[in-house]
Amino acid sequence: MTTMFDKRMTADAVVASLSDGMTIGIGGWATRRKPMALIRAILRSDLKDLTIVSYGGPDVGMLCAAGKVKKLVFAFVSLDHYPLDPHFRAARQTGAIEVLELDEGMFHWGLRAAAMDLPFLPTRIGIGTDIITQPGFRMVKSPYDDGEELVAMPALRLDAALIHAHRGDAKGNLLTLSPDPFFDELFTRAAPKVYASVEQLVPTADLDIEANARFALVERARITGVVEAPLGAHPTGAAPDYQIDLKALKTYVDSAASPEAWADYRARFVDVSDEAYAAAIGGRDAAAALPRPVY
Amino acid sequence: MTASSYSLAELVIVACAEAWRDDGEVMATGIGPLPRLGASLAKTSFNPALQVTDGEVYYADEPVPPGKRVGPVALEGYANYDRVFSALWGGRRHAMVGPVQLDRFGQANISVIGDHAKPKAAMLGARGFPGNSISHPNSFFMPSHNTRAFVAGEVDFVCMAGYNPARYIGGKPPRGLDLRRIVSNLAVMDFGGPEHQVRVVSLHPGVGFDEVQDNTGFPLARIADALPVTPAPTAEQCAAIAALDPNGVRRSVFKDDPAGDRRAA
Repeated sequence: MTTMFDKRMTADAVVASLSDGMTIGIGGWATRRKPMALIRAILRSDLKDLTIVSYGGPDVGMLCAAGKVKKLVFAFVSLDHYPLDPHFRAARQTGAIEVLELDEGMFHWGLRAAAMDLPFLPTRIGIGTDIITQPGFRMVKSPYDDGEELVAMPALRLDAALIHAHRGDAKGNLLTLSPDPFFDELFTRAAPKVYASVEQLVPTADLDIEANARFALVERARITGVVEAPLGAHPTGAAPDYQIDLKALKTYVDSAASPEAWADYRARFVDVSDEAYAAAIGGRDAAAALPRPVY
Repeated sequence: MTASSYSLAELVIVACAEAWRDDGEVMATGIGPLPRLGASLAKTSFNPALQVTDGEVYYADEPVPPGKRVGPVALEGYANYDRVFSALWGGRRHAMVGPVQLDRFGQANISVIGDHAKPKAAMLGARGFPGNSISHPNSFFMPSHNTRAFVAGEVDFVCMAGYNPARYIGGKPPRGLDLRRIVSNLAVMDFGGPEHQVRVVSLHPGVGFDEVQDNTGFPLARIADALPVTPAPTAEQCAAIAALDPNGVRRSVFKDDPAGDRRAA
């Protein structure tokens, strides 16, 4: 009889393992496959002063609205069909958060440097722009005959990463079934602690790795904890399980209209159980039936 | 044969399409309906080698109409973000983008209006503009030609690098910097003046040079004393555009979908 090897945990247990002031990376991209159930759990907690590293969507806006963010490392914050996140804009325009603004590819490069345990990776990206006039950037000269001056993109080292996948087992094997995995693998490699919410926890055999190898995100040694969270990315999309919920995103956008509107949004969609959340958005069947958005 | 009547949107689409004429086999990215339809028109009329995407994660075999899907999309390849970065760093892409501000160097901004630490207006963020600008050719579509868009001095936050020697060691930009064409609602321009000065290449029908200059925050060069008129779409091009845009998204870009020839108004 072998000892059960089990990384299952609750969203609240994930949040309890995080600390004030941490640098937290969030996977997904804008309105796609954001670990929103974990983000909502952070909103319900007293965690504070976070540095958030994200290809930003409503994850960033919600954390800003709840006053959780000290600093944001980002290349954009977008809701795609509603291009500008009003909570993010308010946080920026009141000077409530510090920022490090990057190019999307530089962001990727910074995660990769952290994943490789390098201090930086060289790139031309940022040259000629105001990105590298922000504090913290240094140049590096090629040691080869070309002698080119390049930007030394510093490693984006994370204390923890939060991602959302479609299937997972209790050991932390994950399948990310969407057409684009984005940079979730790099997030898992840039952080010592990685927590994945999954739509569905299944027995290892049901991952059918031989058929699904290209969807297997990363070796399970990178994964610290697995949280079963059906609709865990909602209102962002987790295709093929469900698409972006544009109506729910609109409700989120409208929550920035006033402090009362945000309090009402919190009461209906944040300070609630997963079951109550599913009911509040019209039920799981309605989510599964959402139409594919058009870009 | 010139179409008997055409809209400003159609004139702009044809002018945008020209940006990709001599590119050969590159990824054509048009941000916004008119640049996207321009890339679509270029692909279907004179540069079939262009690669276009479905706007999400695949290369499409034929251009995908903007707006709601009118039929199944035939695909030919995979364009997840990791590969898009790899492809664009290799230079085989030409994007046409619509920044909020553009300056005399071709520096472009989509990040903030005002101070970066506490902006008057926070927008998207730099997205891929910094990397795009020094990796592959870029063109611009500016729907409202005025001094808020074509700014005096520098843009508030330089997201795309331009021909500004002060920003480069030794004054020399990376070799990938290649700014091509600017299409606005008034004119077509390029960076072909002295020291890459922005230069008017053609004026849209019924527009004078002074009107363009008065609405631009920096001095413009001109390709000739007698500036050509931006070529009107042919009847064939208008038919092709209608086929590429069955939802009529092009009609919603400019207020009241004005005529392309202002003299006719």
